[in-house]
Amino acid sequence: MTALSRKSIRWGESILERVFFLCAFLSVITTAVVIFILIRETLIFFESVSVTEFLFGTRWTPLLEPKSYGILPLVAGTALIVVGVALLALPIGVACAVFLSEYASARARSIIKPTLEILAGIPTVVYGFFALTFVTPLIRNFIPDTQVFNAASAAIVVGIMVLPMVASLCDDALRAVPQSLRHGAYSLGATSFEVTTRVVVPAGLSGIFAAFVLAVSRAIGETMAVTLAAGATPNLTLNPLESIQTMTAYIVQVSLGDTPAGSLTYQTLFAVATVLFATTLILNIFGTWIMRRFREVYE
Amino acid sequence: MSDAVPILNALDLSIAYGKDDAVKNVTLPILEKKITAIIGPSGCGKSTFLRSLNRMNDFIDGVSHRGQILYRGSDLYAENVDPVEARLRIGMVFQKANPFPKSIYRNVAWGPGINKLPGDPNERVETALKQAALWDEVSDRLNDSALNLSGGQQQRLCIARALAMEPEIILMDEPCSALDPVSTARIEDLLFELKKKFTIVIVTHNMQQAARVSDYTAFLENGVLIEYGETDQVFTRPKETRTEEYVTGRFG
Ligand SMILES: Nc1ncnc2c1ncn2[C@@H]1O[C@H](COP(=O)(O)OP(=O)(O)OP(=O)(O)O)[C@@H](O)[C@H]1O
Ligand SMILES: [Mg+2]
Repeated sequence: MTALSRKSIRWGESILERVFFLCAFLSVITTAVVIFILIRETLIFFESVSVTEFLFGTRWTPLLEPKSYGILPLVAGTALIVVGVALLALPIGVACAVFLSEYASARARSIIKPTLEILAGIPTVVYGFFALTFVTPLIRNFIPDTQVFNAASAAIVVGIMVLPMVASLCDDALRAVPQSLRHGAYSLGATSFEVTTRVVVPAGLSGIFAAFVLAVSRAIGETMAVTLAAGATPNLTLNPLESIQTMTAYIVQVSLGDTPAGSLTYQTLFAVATVLFATTLILNIFGTWIMRRFREVYE
Repeated sequence: MSDAVPILNALDLSIAYGKDDAVKNVTLPILEKKITAIIGPSGCGKSTFLRSLNRMNDFIDGVSHRGQILYRGSDLYAENVDPVEARLRIGMVFQKANPFPKSIYRNVAWGPGINKLPGDPNERVETALKQAALWDEVSDRLNDSALNLSGGQQQRLCIARALAMEPEIILMDEPCSALDPVSTARIEDLLFELKKKFTIVIVTHNMQQAARVSDYTAFLENGVLIEYGETDQVFTRPKETRTEEYVTGRFG
């Protein structure tokens, strides 16, 4: 009797096991297919444009004569946004998290934390609109030379956009640090500032880093708000007050246009996407490496 | 009992979590450069009492105190007392080892570092590790993570960490509960050594240990101080039958 019923449970388990395996398998397959297509199409692109011209060329004008396929302006545009977002969201996000986990009362937390999660759910186009109608005029108020579309405005709103996520993830990371470590530090005559900065934050560093990598990935991937705020001008510049174009913004621009499939311009999509993919991949590997190197494992 | 002035003195002290008193009207002097052992059944309030002596209860939600604790005659809980300053003088070793996720060296050097204690930090670390009977085992791997140590080694590291601060008083909450007999014996030797310079309050479940190392013993039950006196007297001629039962029960 018992043997029979056990057998039937095993049956259910083995079916479930297969379903789970299938799910895992599917996601791996999908990724593999995407990478395969990206690479295949990129190779076709490189039949017409040399790798050197693509990677080191300083003009990106695939839609205008004379056509030119140097991706550096798009890379610079993306970097400008990413750096701006990181400079803004990381320090403020960590500071928010420190406040939330170390100083805020339980009541304050119970209000602030859900608010952050709601903020994280605002559609990105709203942020783009906010940039155009509020942030840009504000910047132009102080620096009148600023272009109507500019990277700074985009970086600021994307920074605001990822801030709740950064703060919330960092807060989780800090709260996961065992209370006993704080007590140990206090018992050695540490002030709460010393406990926070020299025990809790270092111990939560791996989580903080994960939040950072996610924030940067989102900054790289964010398209709508960036296009609205920073425009669509491939521009090799590090001046945040000028209009730029990011890699994702370019992909959207061409995808929405009437570029015929199979044309060289169409192939640029895949080449840019491959660079985008490689960038995020390198970033992730780098992030994991840094995390392994510097994190303090507790327990 | 003795005409020495207590370095710490609990006067009619009650400590409550929320509404329930975990420590009830305890009056207990801690004499300078002596070892005071606190014994009693699990849950009787030993850790709670101990934490109140260096204001570690400040970090536990809902704890309230009634009565007084005097440190050298002045109220430890007075408005103008800086608890950070108090903890510099009154160190603590916790019931569960809680080393920082840092290297062995940095665990010991951390407290003196942030408080900018004078002298050579390397020397300080070495001395503290030697005092805690850990030096021989870790001297060749000071930069390894403290979390790679065994549980008993971690506890001795926490003792070293507290000693490195050279506090006046060291509160120890069952420092030997995770140690083997050899390490325990070394810690007990250490206690005799430390007594020359420090005041020690030690919570222990080990009756032999309390009898061996302490000068005074306090017996708590359900948050009430049943008996306090010289260790010899408490163990050999207890005044209260409950003390006798507890002490002999454990002696077995
Ligand atoms: N953080 C807390 N919140 C609420 N109640 C607590 C808390 N800590 C301890 N108590 C309660 O206070 C009483 C005394 O606990 P305490 O930890 O001081 O006992 P103890 O004598 O140290 O026991 P043990 O020998 O098991 O360590 C217990 O009834 C316990 O349940
Ligand atoms: Mg206890």
